[in-house]
Amino acid sequence: MRRIGDAPAVRRLLIGAALLLSALFLLLPLVAIFAQAFSQGVMVFWANVSNTFTLHAIGLTLVIALLTIPICLVFGVALAWLVTRFSFPGRRILQTLIDIPFAVSPVVAGLIYLLLYGRNGWIGSWLDTHDIQLMFAWPGILMVTIFVTCPFVARELIPLMQAQGSREEEAAVTLGAGGWTTFRRVTLPNIRWALLYGIILTNARAVGEFGAVSVVAGAIRGKTNTLPLHLEQLYQDYNAVGAFASAALLALIALLTLAAKAGLEWRAARQEAFL
Amino acid sequence: MSIRLQNISKHFANTQALEPINLDIHEGELVGLLGPSGSGKTTLLRIIAGLESADRSPQPGKILFGDRDVTNVHVRDRRIGFVFQHYALFRHMSVYDNVAFGLTVMPKKRRPSNGEIRARVFRLLEMVQLQHLANRLPAQLSGGQQQRVSLARALAVEPDVLLLDEPFGALDAKVRQDLRRWLRRLHEELNFTSVFVTHDQEEALELSDRVVVMSNGRIEQIDTPETLYRSPKNRFVFEFLGDVNHLEGKVHQGVLTCGDAHLTVDLPDGDEELLLRPHEVRLAQQPSAESHLPVTVTAISPVGAEVRVELEADWLAKPWLATVRHADFEQLEMRRGQRLFVHPRQWHRFPATESKVTEQSRAA
Repeated sequence: MRRIGDAPAVRRLLIGAALLLSALFLLLPLVAIFAQAFSQGVMVFWANVSNTFTLHAIGLTLVIALLTIPICLVFGVALAWLVTRFSFPGRRILQTLIDIPFAVSPVVAGLIYLLLYGRNGWIGSWLDTHDIQLMFAWPGILMVTIFVTCPFVARELIPLMQAQGSREEEAAVTLGAGGWTTFRRVTLPNIRWALLYGIILTNARAVGEFGAVSVVAGAIRGKTNTLPLHLEQLYQDYNAVGAFASAALLALIALLTLAAKAGLEWRAARQEAFL
Repeated sequence: MSIRLQNISKHFANTQALEPINLDIHEGELVGLLGPSGSGKTTLLRIIAGLESADRSPQPGKILFGDRDVTNVHVRDRRIGFVFQHYALFRHMSVYDNVAFGLTVMPKKRRPSNGEIRARVFRLLEMVQLQHLANRLPAQLSGGQQQRVSLARALAVEPDVLLLDEPFGALDAKVRQDLRRWLRRLHEELNFTSVFVTHDQEEALELSDRVVVMSNGRIEQIDTPETLYRSPKNRFVFEFLGDVNHLEGKVHQGVLTCGDAHLTVDLPDGDEELLLRPHEVRLAQQPSAESHLPVTVTAISPVGAEVRVELEADWLAKPWLATVRHADFEQLEMRRGQRLFVHPRQWHRFPATESKVTEQSRAA
């Protein structure tokens, strides 16, 4: 007996097409990045990476990611908790609002923030009279990065928490546990893999975000240049090796993120199989 | 600890889940809340537990555990044990940690020492016969075992009252029977006050000291299983507690007629509906002076202590069910397609206008 679509010719064709497309569109560009970055030898690559401006861009990017993650984490958990454990008017609308950052183009998000918090903006002009500058400085970069990444954790948690229901938490409360104890000992262990997965996605996006950041950062070298912005500037300056060296760094971060994600999925699957 | 509910009602949005309810549960009693789904029994149980709050308007209700007014006491301070239908065990914790949970989250002042917790958990696990599975995770246990863990977990904190929400609903028939017996024994041994919810009348009648029958957010009757079965207060209770056969017809001069069937009854003229339990249907080869109720046997199931026989006739809207002793079954040489006559041993009626129940017995 042969299952439908299981003819050897069909199978070979499909596998071949999948492999070819993956190689052409995914693997080849990745190889090209590293090939270009090292095209004039390791020394030139290293000189480009250890350049002051590049180092500053790396530092700023990492700081922004490190600040974004905890904020998105708290926001995502709180939001998922609210949406899945309580019923209140407007719950559905809130669930839709979470997706706004996904639906809106990052450039538009950047422009909105500029409009609101820029020197001539609605809130920005008031802030300006108090000598607070958010746009074209690192707080602006942080704000738009949070905007762009805030749905990831909540999006991972909501379906899971909905499926798990609140019975275990109710059981904990009937046994006398307080709110924080219930969260720490019952809720958190149940959502930990989804939470880590959300953090990984948040991190990947926070590090790689270009559109929104490019609008609000102003790309001042050594000041408000994140790695993706820096990379673009180098490319515009016809410094191909420099640009690709930065690109290689970003690609490396992406690969590490993917490895972490695969590792998590593997662990989660193993735990499931163990049960 | 006794439980007293005064004027407890509940609305969800615009639907009334519970009409104002008053209920007294004595100390050490095992009470079953019985009703079809949507009758409000689980809501009532969750209100007793404090997982749901009763309506505050128009009049606030009151919940008392003994002399303690717990109406506004949070669940975690009510000292209840709650057993959930689908166990709700902490899936990432071992059986041991599940049972120990309630003890480990106690405030430092009241919390027993680690050694004491260990001793107490193992005593409970022994009681539910699961001490050999202490290190397993819940997913590695069968449904019946999980429910026993959940019961041990609820009892670990020595609750004032034990509340069980359809505790055996998700288990198969055999395990259910065992657990029921086991819970009954445990209850007699430890003598805690418990309330459980079920939609299974057999379970309610077998397990409870008293049964609270509910429908549409109302209490229909509260009685011991015997009284409930013998003298149901209304038609709903009668129909809910077992299989029922209906006989509808017109009474004229003491004879109820329905198609070509007739039965002598001591009732005034008018439309009537009589109800019979399956064991009140006696079958014979011949009609009698009082009754002429011809039926055809359509199905026979000789399983258990009695033979269940399905009967049809063109004067019947729905087929009847009769339970016949094996001896009678053999004597009548019953087979499918056979024509027989029904002689009611007894019938019941619940007239819509009168609240009084009429029953008439006949010598069989």
